[in-house]
Amino acid sequence: MQVTMTVNDVEVTREIEGRLLLVHFLRDVLGLTGTHWGCDTSNCGTCVVWLDGEPVKSCTVLAAMAGGHQVRTVEGLAKGAELDPIQQGFMQCHGLQCGFCTPGMMMTARALLDRNPDPSETEIREAISGQICRCTGYATIVRSVRWAAVAEAQAAAQVAETTESTEAGEIADAGQTAGAVA
Amino acid sequence: MQVPAPFEYERATSVDHAISLLERLGGTARLIAGGHSLLPMMKLRLANFDYLIDINDLHAELGYIETGPDEVRIGAMTRHRELLESAVLAAAFPIFADAERVIADPVVRNRGTLGGSLCQADPSEDLSAVCTTLDARCVIRGPGGAERVVSMEEFHVGPYETAVADGEILVEIRLPVRPGCGSAYAKVERRAGDWAVVSAGSAVWLDGGAIVDARVGLAAVGPNTTGIPEISAALRGQEPSESLFEQAGAIAARSCDPVTDQRGSADYKRHLAAELTRRTLRRAVERARS
Repeated sequence: MQVTMTVNDVEVTREIEGRLLLVHFLRDVLGLTGTHWGCDTSNCGTCVVWLDGEPVKSCTVLAAMAGGHQVRTVEGLAKGAELDPIQQGFMQCHGLQCGFCTPGMMMTARALLDRNPDPSETEIREAISGQICRCTGYATIVRSVRWAAVAEAQAAAQVAETTESTEAGEIADAGQTAGAVA
Repeated sequence: MQVPAPFEYERATSVDHAISLLERLGGTARLIAGGHSLLPMMKLRLANFDYLIDINDLHAELGYIETGPDEVRIGAMTRHRELLESAVLAAAFPIFADAERVIADPVVRNRGTLGGSLCQADPSEDLSAVCTTLDARCVIRGPGGAERVVSMEEFHVGPYETAVADGEILVEIRLPVRPGCGSAYAKVERRAGDWAVVSAGSAVWLDGGAIVDARVGLAAVGPNTTGIPEISAALRGQEPSESLFEQAGAIAARSCDPVTDQRGSADYKRHLAAELTRRTLRRAVERARS
C-alpha cells in the first residue's frame, strides 16, 4: 500500500506493508535514526514522536495510521542551526548520559512546555513517567526541562519588555507630534 | 524487532463505513483504535487477523462527552486523556479521573480510547471496572444502523471476549445519573502505569445521610471485572460508617476469585480487594457529602 504523511514539514510518500510500524518507517525507510527503538512493547518510551502535535509511542502506531497526518521527530526539534531550549537545557544540565532515551524525553518535554510553560517538578516527572532512563538520570532530566522553562520565560519577558519600551517610545513620539501640531 | 504478521490495512471514514467493512470482511478483520493493547498482542502472535480496520478517523464522530439530566453519554473513541481532562465528567463521576491517573502513562493515554479499553475486555482493565461500578450501558451498532444496548455484565462475555459480534461496533457508553452520588477508584500496581494487582471502584448514592444505593466493581480478581451485588444489598438503607465499610470489604474479599501469579498470591489479592473497597467507599461517601 502507499502512504503519504508529512514528517518534519516535508511531505513523503512511500510504498509500505500494512504491518510496518511508524518507528521502523522513520528509521529504516526515511533514515531518521534520531528516534530510538527500545522495548517494542510501548513501555520504555524511547520511540516517542509527535503525531499531529501529540507525543505517541511510535512502536505501537502503524505507519499507515500516520497517513495524511503530521509527524515530528527529534530531527525536527531545532529551528535550523538554533537548538530548541529543551535541547539547550539537556546540554546545560547534563540531561543525558548514554543518550538512548534522550530523543523521546525531549519530544515529551517540548510538548509539555507547549501546554504548560511553567511545570512543577512533579508535573515534569508525571509527563515522563512512561519513559525509562536506564542510566537513572531522571534528576538531571527534570532539571533540564526546568532550565528550558525558565529560559523560555526569561526570553518571553525580554521580548515583552522590548515591545513595551518600543510602545512607550511610540506613545511619546506620538505625544510630541501631537504637541507640535497643536 | 517484533512486528505483527502480515495483514491488510483498511481505514474507515465513518461508523457506517466501518460496519460495512466488517460485514464484508467478517471474523478475519478487527477494528483498531489506539492500538496499545492490540498491536503488542499481534507482535507476540497472541492475535492474528487478515485485516485491520483503522477507526481513528471516527474520533470526530465518536469522541465526545455529553451530560444530560438522566445520563452521561461518552463516545467510544473518546481518548483517555480527554476523559482525564474533562471537567464535566470529573464533576459527575470523579471515579473516572481517579482511574485515568493510574492507567498506563500520559503518552499512551494520548492514543488509547474508552471503547478500545472495554472491547479489549482484559480482566485487569481499569475503565471496565469503572463502568461496572457505575452500571454503564453499552450501545452496540450493527448493519443498517440497528442499535442494541447491553449492561456491562452482558457486555463482557469472558476474558478478551465481548458481546460485540462480527459486523458490529461499540459506539457509546451511557452512565445513569442519580442524585447524591459520590464515586472513587483505587489501584495497587507494581510500578507506575502497570496493570492492576487489584483495583476497586465504588459509587454511593446518599439521601438524607443514608445510603440509598452503592456499587463496588473490582478488576484483576476474576475472569471479568466483577460487580458485587451482595455489597449493594448490605449497604442500602444504612448510615455510612467505618464498620459498614469494613463489612463491605469483607464481602469483597470472599466474593472475588483471584489467582496466585507473579503479581501476588490469591490471599494477598483478597486482602487488597477488602482494603481498596473500604478506601474507595470512604472516599465516595466523602465526595457525595461535599
